[in-house]
Amino acid sequence: MMIKQYIGLSEVNGSLVALEGVSDCFNEELVELRLSSGEKRVGRIVKIEGDKAFIQVFEGTKEISVSNAMTELKGRPMELALSPEIVGRVFDGMGRPKDGLGDVYPVKKADINGSPINPVKRVYPRNYIHTGISSIDALSTLIRGQKLPIFSGSGMKHNELAVQIVRQASVADNSKFGIVFAAMGVKNDVADYFRRSFEEANVMDRVTMFLNLSNDPIVERLITPKCALTAAEYLAFELNMNVLVILTDMTSYCEALREFSSTKGEIPARKGFPGYLYSDLASIYERAGIIDGADGSVTQIPILTMPNDDITHPIPDLTGFITEGQIVLDRNLEMKGVYPPVNVLTSLSRLMKDGIGKGYTREDHKQLADQLFSCYSNVQDVRSLASVIGEDELSDEDKEYLEFGKKFESEFLTQGENESRSIDETLDLGWSLLRLLPRNSLDRVKEEYLVKYYDKK
Amino acid sequence: MDNSYEIYSINGPVIGVKGRTDLQMSEMVYVGGNNLVGEVIRIDPELTVIQVYEETTGLSAGEKVIGTGHSMAVTLGPGLLGNIYDGIQKPLAAIASKSGAFLTKGVDTPSIDEEKLWDEKILVKKGDKVFPGEIFAECDETPVIKHRSMIPPDISGEVVDAKPDGKYNAVEPVLKVRTDDGAIKEISLSQKWPIKTPRPVKARLPITEPLLTGYRVIDTMFPIAKGGAAAIPGGFGTGKTVVQHQLAKYADADIIVYVGCGERGNEMTQALQEFSELKDPRTGRPLLERTILIANTSNMPVAAREASIYTAVTLAEYYRDMGYNAAMMADSTSRWAEALREISGRLEEMPADEGYPAYLPSRLSAFYERAGYFESLSGKKSSVSIIGAVSPQGADFSEPVTQNTKRFTRTFWALDKSLAYARHYPTINWTDSYSEYLAELTPWYGKNAAEDFIKCRSEIAAILADESKLNEIVKLMGSDVLPDDQKLTLETARVIRLGFLQQDALDPVDTYCPVKKSYKMMKAILNLNYLASEKVKQHIPMSRIKATGCFDRLIKMKTEIADSDVDKIDDIISEQNEIFSSLK
Repeated sequence: MMIKQYIGLSEVNGSLVALEGVSDCFNEELVELRLSSGEKRVGRIVKIEGDKAFIQVFEGTKEISVSNAMTELKGRPMELALSPEIVGRVFDGMGRPKDGLGDVYPVKKADINGSPINPVKRVYPRNYIHTGISSIDALSTLIRGQKLPIFSGSGMKHNELAVQIVRQASVADNSKFGIVFAAMGVKNDVADYFRRSFEEANVMDRVTMFLNLSNDPIVERLITPKCALTAAEYLAFELNMNVLVILTDMTSYCEALREFSSTKGEIPARKGFPGYLYSDLASIYERAGIIDGADGSVTQIPILTMPNDDITHPIPDLTGFITEGQIVLDRNLEMKGVYPPVNVLTSLSRLMKDGIGKGYTREDHKQLADQLFSCYSNVQDVRSLASVIGEDELSDEDKEYLEFGKKFESEFLTQGENESRSIDETLDLGWSLLRLLPRNSLDRVKEEYLVKYYDKK
Repeated sequence: MDNSYEIYSINGPVIGVKGRTDLQMSEMVYVGGNNLVGEVIRIDPELTVIQVYEETTGLSAGEKVIGTGHSMAVTLGPGLLGNIYDGIQKPLAAIASKSGAFLTKGVDTPSIDEEKLWDEKILVKKGDKVFPGEIFAECDETPVIKHRSMIPPDISGEVVDAKPDGKYNAVEPVLKVRTDDGAIKEISLSQKWPIKTPRPVKARLPITEPLLTGYRVIDTMFPIAKGGAAAIPGGFGTGKTVVQHQLAKYADADIIVYVGCGERGNEMTQALQEFSELKDPRTGRPLLERTILIANTSNMPVAAREASIYTAVTLAEYYRDMGYNAAMMADSTSRWAEALREISGRLEEMPADEGYPAYLPSRLSAFYERAGYFESLSGKKSSVSIIGAVSPQGADFSEPVTQNTKRFTRTFWALDKSLAYARHYPTINWTDSYSEYLAELTPWYGKNAAEDFIKCRSEIAAILADESKLNEIVKLMGSDVLPDDQKLTLETARVIRLGFLQQDALDPVDTYCPVKKSYKMMKAILNLNYLASEKVKQHIPMSRIKATGCFDRLIKMKTEIADSDVDKIDDIISEQNEIFSSLK
């Protein structure tokens, strides 16, 4: 296809520029802008009106005037160069090498927007990933091919938790595994922390990084997860690797989307976010799973910080509607010194029910988990009662629940950053806690399992 | 008439054609070289606006737009059952075999297999007068469902030629009819119908029968009728999808149309797998033989999401016209409303509540009004029931989609986050939910379940209501301060909650509960409550009554007593009587 060049622009507004007199451009086409200073910028066409094309410039429009830019239409959508060599490399938020090792020699180029997976060709995920973390393994089990976000707040230990999951999950998995790490608007030291931790865990040669840091262009952020997932899909579905994708921080991504939407003059829905935030997030999160005909899988762990710890904020809320569960971190637990501070009651893994039990983890897993949830939820009621009438006034059974709650947090939830528990250890620990409670109050467990696990000391 | 135009503008899924056109409102159009499907949604003197049901990446200004002259329609005919479609009735399995694991644009595949031959019995002969909706041919579409081909609703007249019984495909003509104005129409086994127009019926009939679901809390406390409409609102993680899947599996409808509207891909895969493996308890055949799945996952084009629920309800109406009770489940209507909002935003319409367009309530009411119990054109009595999940943002039921859905549905199953945290499933909250069908269904229950069924139900509801009042006190002072009769209410309510309302979808016995078992369970619970209250009156302390173990026994009965031996519950009742007669 012929490459066409145009001199000058007709409008500059926020991250958008408009170009008039364009014939034959197409929606989502890749565009390169060359400034008179020699600088090159990249954009894509987001809207067409007759012979006028609106271009989103990823690096921002600073120093662009209507006369100093030359625009080149590339005749193709934005693509990512892919080859087995991308493993171990570091790219910027748009997929350009950042580690000084030169360009990737492409075996294949893929449109970063991807295509939806045909539900008929999906394989329903069933194999659990052993993370060695009790609160996750027992109560919100991670399944290969799942998308399970971490809902956190500023200053909480979500990065540590993500690193621990990656480290311990990859140890257990000796088959071909890979990690794709995408940073959107995170601080330099956070990105460094991840890099250092991957190095310490000896997995750096398995990691593909896409970094858009907090001082990098904001609009570039909108592309970063798409690049990362294009790479992940290539590794999983063509090279048959089990890929774990970490996307952090989705809140920055959504804010970038809001900023971009408002420059386009779109009508906002909740809290100024565009009405299509759900569809846009879905176009990211749905790029996880297993497909028929490939051995690999894409498992996503997006991290987001809930603004003001509010789980009803549109970002966590819409995320929760798309992802297959969520791991919620709790500031009160964090203040009590519990690590990882997972609030098990609000956390959930939707795929857990089909990936645990006999043949996967252990026969009693589901009923034990239900019982722990139900008891710990009762602990919350007892605690609120105790805060009104005082602990001394509680009935004996309620006092047992208080004790259970305390031990549950300090022994079951709490573990070291390098501690990896086997599934048997985790489940047995759960039973030992249930023994603090009277046998007849355990209404979620079959008699058979009570005999087998509760009664044995 | 030349009905070919050029694209002028492109903005996401919305494109514009400049100048005056002959395109009609709601006309279906083909866009661009790939023949993407679109629909006209606005006509200005300057610009005709079209929403495109497929991805618009790669589209250029100047490409062609071709009008089809008719509105967005689906193909109705034998071969729909067991299929999985996207929102505009593209067959996903056929597409997968053509283009692989990822969905690509513009793949043109007929919605129903046009080659497959059906063994038809032709029911009319030359010289017969036929009327709209008359059944003229029959075949076994699946081993459990007979497909009945009907004269299209706009044709009546005299048969001038009819093929004999034999094997025909869905598109070849089998009848020729001379209409009243003398024209000859050829009729095949299949027909097209515009998705946004309800299929005509003779009359709307009063509601008489419940749609039994196998969920105790639904069938006894908040029933839905055959021909009814229900809403299931709930925040994320409250189990909407599990409830919808369970209903699709066990509801006693003949035909199920299940729509995954803007939801997760893995869920549709799961539904597809489960429905092909699971057997219908009534026929012993795979559930998929009575099911049509529509999957428009959240990352598939947004405009097709808007179309998906209309496609689904049209398919349900088609089987209703054949005389079947059809039920459609939509998960989730909020995604559909968001698709409306997204398109409306791109058209720069004035927004109403939370950015939703002002026509949201009228669209919702038009959709839910397609549910009902009808007499079809051919005189059959049958129904369409609609169960719509709603995903309120932040689990806030005051948002526009929940509020407006509440206005147009008569059963409301409110899913509760705090129940989900305690893993009490289904999380249908018994104080916020309601069913307006209860009065209309009371005669049915009296006749078919038990005479005192509704009385038992009211007593159970009353105990739960008392409990929620007492809980206010307990929260402040603890349960120890209550007098024994109130402690008994709490204990009975606990048994009702854990042993009756809570139901485990994954337990092989508990996953489905017949009405007879629900009734006996209620009887056992109420009997125990009565016996215990007599003892409380005799000043026997609650602690001793509890120590009989009768309460805990009832909690386990849901999983331990199989549907086939529900009479064992009578043994439990006599056991209770014995224990209490000796309690002094």
